Amino acid sequence: MDSLALLGFGDTGWGDEMLRAALVTILVSLSAMAIGLVVSVFATMSKLSSSRFIRSIGNTYTTVVRGIPELLVIYLLYFGANNAIMGVAKKLFGYNQYIELPVFLIAAIAVGIISGAYSTEVIRGAFLAVPKGQIEASKSVGMNKFLIFRRILIPQVLRYALPGLGNVWQLTLKDTALIMVTGVVEIMRQAHVAAGSTYSPFIFYITAALLYLVLTSASSKALNSAESWANKGVRRA
Amino acid sequence: MNFMDFCESLPKEFLGLKVQLMCNSIPKLLGGIPLTIELVLISLLIGFLLALGLALMRLSKNRFLNVVSRSYVFYFRGTPLLVQIFLIYYGLAQFDFIKESFVWPFFREAYWCGILALTLNTGAYTAEIIRGGLQSVPYGQIESARAVGMSGILLYRRIILPIAFRQALPAYGNEMILMVKGTSLVSTITLMEITGIARYIIAKYWTPVEIFLIAGIIYLVINFIVTQIIKYAEIKFTPYLDHAKKTR
Repeated sequence: MDSLALLGFGDTGWGDEMLRAALVTILVSLSAMAIGLVVSVFATMSKLSSSRFIRSIGNTYTTVVRGIPELLVIYLLYFGANNAIMGVAKKLFGYNQYIELPVFLIAAIAVGIISGAYSTEVIRGAFLAVPKGQIEASKSVGMNKFLIFRRILIPQVLRYALPGLGNVWQLTLKDTALIMVTGVVEIMRQAHVAAGSTYSPFIFYITAALLYLVLTSASSKALNSAESWANKGVRRA
Repeated sequence: MNFMDFCESLPKEFLGLKVQLMCNSIPKLLGGIPLTIELVLISLLIGFLLALGLALMRLSKNRFLNVVSRSYVFYFRGTPLLVQIFLIYYGLAQFDFIKESFVWPFFREAYWCGILALTLNTGAYTAEIIRGGLQSVPYGQIESARAVGMSGILLYRRIILPIAFRQALPAYGNEMILMVKGTSLVSTITLMEITGIARYIIAKYWTPVEIFLIAGIIYLVINFIVTQIIKYAEIKFTPYLDHAKKTR
């Protein structure tokens, strides 16, 4: 078959399937990034805690997850998550039924855990970048902890963290390619299936590569404008 | 007491994990380390040379070279490593003219395809690191070197390269760790490095969590050693900085 016809829409072409797979990639990335951000807020609090024990929890998380291959993290969760949850449910609630999480959720959590480890380092750096004098100054005018957090820390931390989080987003987007091993039909899985059934691997993997390029370059455009928006009130030297 | 006896002496199960089996798999998984390290070293070495060329092209005034380098980096940093590996290993086999040409013995082997993909990938990332290092050299330093009569190779050897090298070292350390982790992906094209062996053992005994945990620990140890080497190099090459503060 003609290679362009392979990518056509409709019953014989794989074009619509590839686009749908791209949508899944975007969805997994967004969910993973969101999960990662939630995880990283807790991990950052733990890493900046004054208790040595709590600090060591956060440090272990970021060191371990950033030190082992992403593929292994995904495999471990894919094969281990259901059993672990069933084990916990049995111990804590005496629940004996079979539990099976949807594969999409497991994949999103796995990539989210990876993405969260990188986000944690970014957010921690952003927190530490806020000058101490500002916190002291806000204390001296009588702000309480919550108000300091809301008025002084959050606006600046978000601005400092934005470029770093942009990088994490790009990493997350590319890491979702690895969840093809779990069977979630995202770009890579779809390309693999299509390549196998048409004997045209090059066409489909190059299409996958182009789809990723579109996604990463579109997000870098969006991130650039987000950065200039966040920095519009900042004086440049 | 040899290792097998030691494994026998462990409890059979702990926290629902088959401990003895985990213990027994350690020697087999350690057998994958040489290939992992080989892949990392070869691709880092060739990738570095490639990156040097790409960075110089990017900084050159020639428009064409500039665009080539830019597009190369754009492509390899914008797509997942897995796609690059698949494209080389599975993708190229689609074309008969490649299958019939003299390069086929090379592209037929998963080993060479893996090395090629890892090399091209690290080349793109390292090129950006080198460019960042070269651009971080303060212009005043170059001006003053010129003022005392240095130029060309001497200027590079004595002023630009040492400064750029120190600046780029931490980022390059991160790239080395990314490469160690990246080698696990070539297990998908049948190479028997640590992850490949892990998958092989799992296919036999069906104990995925146990075996992948051990594999993960092995990667963690390798990466720990890499970070220590980088840290040592940083202290050695920038002895005038206060490193005690940084490592705290």
